[in-house]
Amino acid sequence: MKFEGTKDYIADDDLLSVVNAAVVLKRPLLVKGEPGTGKTVLARAVAEALGMPLYTWHIKSTTKGMDGLYHYDVVQRLNDSRFGDRDVSDIRRYIRFGPLGQAFLAESPVVLLIDEVDKADIEFPNDLLRELDEMAFHVNELDETIKAKHRPVVIITSNAEKELPDAFLRRCVFHYIAFPDRQRMEKIVRVHHPALDQQLLDAALDRFFQIRKTQGLRKPPSTSELVDWLTVLMHAGMDPDKLKHADPFLGVLLKQEADIQTAQNKKRTALPGM
Amino acid sequence: MFTDFLYLLRAQGLKIGTGDWVGFLDALKKGLATDTAQLYIIGRALLCRTEADFDKFDLAFAAAFKGATLPDDLRRKLEEWLANAAAVNPNAPPPKPVPQEDLWDELRKRLKEQKERHDGGNHWVGTGGTSPFGNSGAPNAPPGIRLGGSGQRGGAVAVAQERQWESYRTDRVLDVRDMQVALRAVRSLKREGRLELDLDETIDKTAKNAGDIEVIERPERKNQVHVVLLMDTGGSMQPHVEKVERLFTAASRIKTFKTFKSYAFHNCVYDKLYLDIESGKRIPTAKVLAGLTARHRLVFVGDAAMAPYELFSPFGWPGEGQLAGYDWLRRIHERCPASIWLNPDPPRWWSHPTVSAIGKLFPMYELTLDGLRDAVKKLRAPT
Repeated sequence: MKFEGTKDYIADDDLLSVVNAAVVLKRPLLVKGEPGTGKTVLARAVAEALGMPLYTWHIKSTTKGMDGLYHYDVVQRLNDSRFGDRDVSDIRRYIRFGPLGQAFLAESPVVLLIDEVDKADIEFPNDLLRELDEMAFHVNELDETIKAKHRPVVIITSNAEKELPDAFLRRCVFHYIAFPDRQRMEKIVRVHHPALDQQLLDAALDRFFQIRKTQGLRKPPSTSELVDWLTVLMHAGMDPDKLKHADPFLGVLLKQEADIQTAQNKKRTALPGM
Repeated sequence: MFTDFLYLLRAQGLKIGTGDWVGFLDALKKGLATDTAQLYIIGRALLCRTEADFDKFDLAFAAAFKGATLPDDLRRKLEEWLANAAAVNPNAPPPKPVPQEDLWDELRKRLKEQKERHDGGNHWVGTGGTSPFGNSGAPNAPPGIRLGGSGQRGGAVAVAQERQWESYRTDRVLDVRDMQVALRAVRSLKREGRLELDLDETIDKTAKNAGDIEVIERPERKNQVHVVLLMDTGGSMQPHVEKVERLFTAASRIKTFKTFKSYAFHNCVYDKLYLDIESGKRIPTAKVLAGLTARHRLVFVGDAAMAPYELFSPFGWPGEGQLAGYDWLRRIHERCPASIWLNPDPPRWWSHPTVSAIGKLFPMYELTLDGLRDAVKKLRAPT
C-alpha cells in the first residue's frame, strides 16, 4: 500500500513521503494550503492510487461532530408511532450513519476525506478526537459501540480560516501544500488544458506570476483562477502577444475590485508610456 | 543520536513534547526516513503543527545537520586528516581574511596538491592551524570554510538553509481574517431571539401526551456582548494606521456581537470623543460613559505614550474640560472593568511612565495576533 501519485494528479516528492507516512503511522493527514492548490483533489488521487473507495464529509459552518457519526431520526419515529405507518419497535431503522460512521462500517479499507474542517465551529475538531484516535464511537440509542473494521486513511483539509486546536493538531501528520512554482504550475495546467498553445501558456504564466508578486493584493489569484482564466483566454482565441500589453478578462483572476485597480496601476508604472 | 536535534528544535521555540518526539522516533524506526531529504519532510510533517513553524524547523534542521555537503571519498580523506585536532597557539598573529568566493576555488586547488595530513600549519587542509580550510583552527584564524561532519545526502540541509518558509511565521502582520477569528471568541451566549426546535422537551411532552406530538420551541442562543472600540488616531499612531484599520475592519465585520460601536480620540480620552475622524463630529465622553454597562467590553487601541502632564493634568490638552485624561480613563474603568488596551508598540517600550500608568488600569496587550488572542481570553473571563 504505497501512494505514488496518479496520472491526473501532480504530486511532488514531499507530498508522497508525507502521505505514505500518514498511512504507515495510522494517523490522519492534515493538508493545508492556499485555495486551489489541490487539497481536495489529493484525497481523490490517494483513494484512486490505493484502490480504495472514497468517503467524503463536507464540513459547513453548522456541522457538528455528531453529524459525521450518526443521526437518530427521532421526529420521524415519533411521527411513525403516531400514525402507525411503519414498525417503530426496531430503532435501527431510524439510525442513519454519517460519513465517518459509514467509513467505519465499510467491509474493505477506505479513504475518508474530511473536507474544509476549518469551516465548522472552533471547537468542532476536538469533538472528533476520541473517534479518530480509537476509530470507534458509541451509539447511545443502541448501546452499541461501532468500531472500524479497517482503519480508514483519513485526510483532512483546511484553508486555515480558523486556527485548529492543539490537541487535534498533535494527532495529525501535517502537510502544507506550498504554492506551485512555475514548472509545476505548467504541469498542473497541462492536466486541465492538454491542447493549450504553448505561447499562450507562457505569456499567461508570465503575467500570472507577475500579478501574484504585486504588493498589496488582498487575495492573490490561485491555481483554480489561473485555470479558469486560461479557459476564457482559449475560448476567446486570445493572441499571446496581446497579453503583454493588456489584461483581458482580469476579473477572472482577481475577484476584488480593489485588487484589479492595484494590479493595473502596478502594470502602468512598470511599463511607462503604455 | 537525534536528541540534540530535539533540543535545537525546542530552542527555536517549537513546542515539541515527549509524545511528539516518540512519534517521530517511531516513524524513523518504521523506516520512513531513508535519507536526509526524507528525514526533513517526515520530521516537518510530524513535529510542526502549522506552516508558521516551518521556518523555525528549517533553522533547527540546518543547525543539526549542516556540514553534510561533501562528496563521500573526499569526505573520508578529509575526516582522516581532521580527526584529533592539534593544539593551537593562541598568541600567533592573525593572517588576512580571504573573500568567500575565492576560498572555494583555492580549496579545490589545494586539495589537488595535498597528499597527507597537516596539523598546525597555515596552508594545507588540517586542524589547529590558521589555514582557512579545516576545523578547530586557531581562535584568531580568519573565517574560512569548515570541513567535517557526517556524510549524508545534503540536499535537505541546503533546502532548510534557504528558509523559504520565513514569511509564514506568525510574527507576520495581522490579517483581517485572523483577527476576526480571534475576536469572534468574545461572546457570552444567552437564549433569546428566533425560535428553534427543542427536541428533548418535545419528546418529553409527546410521551406525556401518550404519543400525541407536541412540538416545543425555544429561543436561539445569542451573543450578549457589546463591543466598543476606542482608537487613538493621534500623530504618534501614524506608523500603525494600517494595523489599526485592519483591526477596525475585522471588528466591524463581526455580526455576532450584540452591538458594535467605535470612537476615536487623540492622545488620550478627554471630555469628547470623535464619532468619526473625517467629519470631525464629536460626542461628549460623559454621554458615551452613561451608555456603558457591565456587559460592554471596551477595547482601547493606542500607544499610550504621551507627556505625563497630558495624562495627569486637567489642563493637559488644549481647550478640554476639568478632568485629566487619566481620570476619564479611571471613570471608564469603573464602569466597565472588563476592558483591555491594545498597544501597537512592542512591550519593551512600555516602561514609559504614561504607558505603565495606563497599563495598571487596563490590562495591556501588544497589537499582534498572539497579543490579540491573549486579550480575547481576558475579555472572555474578566476577573
